[in-house]
Amino acid sequence: MVTRNAAAHPVLGSGESISARVRHVPGEPGLWIFLFGDLFIFSVLFTAYLNERGNNADEFAAAQGHLERTTGIINTFVLLTSSILVVFATRAVRDERWRHHSSGLFVAGAAVGACFVAIKGVEYHGMISAGLTPSVGNFYMWYFVLTGIHLAHVILGLLVLMCLSRLARNAASSATRIAIVEGGACFWHVVDLLWILIFSLIFLVR
Amino acid sequence: MTMMPLVRTRASMAYLVLIALTVVTWSFGAHDILGHGHVTASLIILAIAVFKVRIVGLYFMELRDAPSWLRMLFEGYCVAELVVLTVMYLFG
Repeated sequence: MVTRNAAAHPVLGSGESISARVRHVPGEPGLWIFLFGDLFIFSVLFTAYLNERGNNADEFAAAQGHLERTTGIINTFVLLTSSILVVFATRAVRDERWRHHSSGLFVAGAAVGACFVAIKGVEYHGMISAGLTPSVGNFYMWYFVLTGIHLAHVILGLLVLMCLSRLARNAASSATRIAIVEGGACFWHVVDLLWILIFSLIFLVR
Repeated sequence: MTMMPLVRTRASMAYLVLIALTVVTWSFGAHDILGHGHVTASLIILAIAVFKVRIVGLYFMELRDAPSWLRMLFEGYCVAELVVLTVMYLFG
């Protein structure tokens, strides 16, 4: 739900009736230029990846067989779970009844999100130990480029979540503070959203 | 005070749908369930992935309740992503 000051919002958690909803831009409007810009850049990378794949279909299919799909799906669950915790934290910060839970929920979201980094580290270590480095072939080059750039987003997102947890400790809430929380949360959801596409393209599409 | 009202939201339902769809896409990726080869399975995986992206946008990022220009921008992104990925997969 989306009221900036949910303290005066009687329906939080009791269904989200249209009449009670106030349409607004989550976060600061300027943030969306950055978010859509990020999505566009990744779309260009996905297009280039599929083009390269089309030119080297056999090589890509053979190399893809060496990936550990299980870690990919576990990391998807990890980011989705982290995202829903951030959704709860964002809802909590809007309502004084739940605001005291908000900081803890952001920390929980970051803790779960940090598992993604650990799992990805194990995955990278396993691949590099097996000699599957970017220099081996085009597929691995794309694998490390796409997942590496995304990993940088995850780490940045975790820092954002820790900042939001500090911000949410403040008992008082203002429209500006709520907008900052919404914006930071949206960045984390973009990180989740991008992984959904990367997981499908790199791990599953053959 | 119980946190139930806090977590009882459409986003929670969206989370469960996303988890279920992840399992479905993994099944398509790991096995040739349909028996039609990898191309059909891959196209379904791409379509489900973009649908999941849309769910994240609408329910986690709350674009469902955003002004129509922002929601339409996001819906346009989803459509463009699906078209571009499908075309590049088939003809790239």
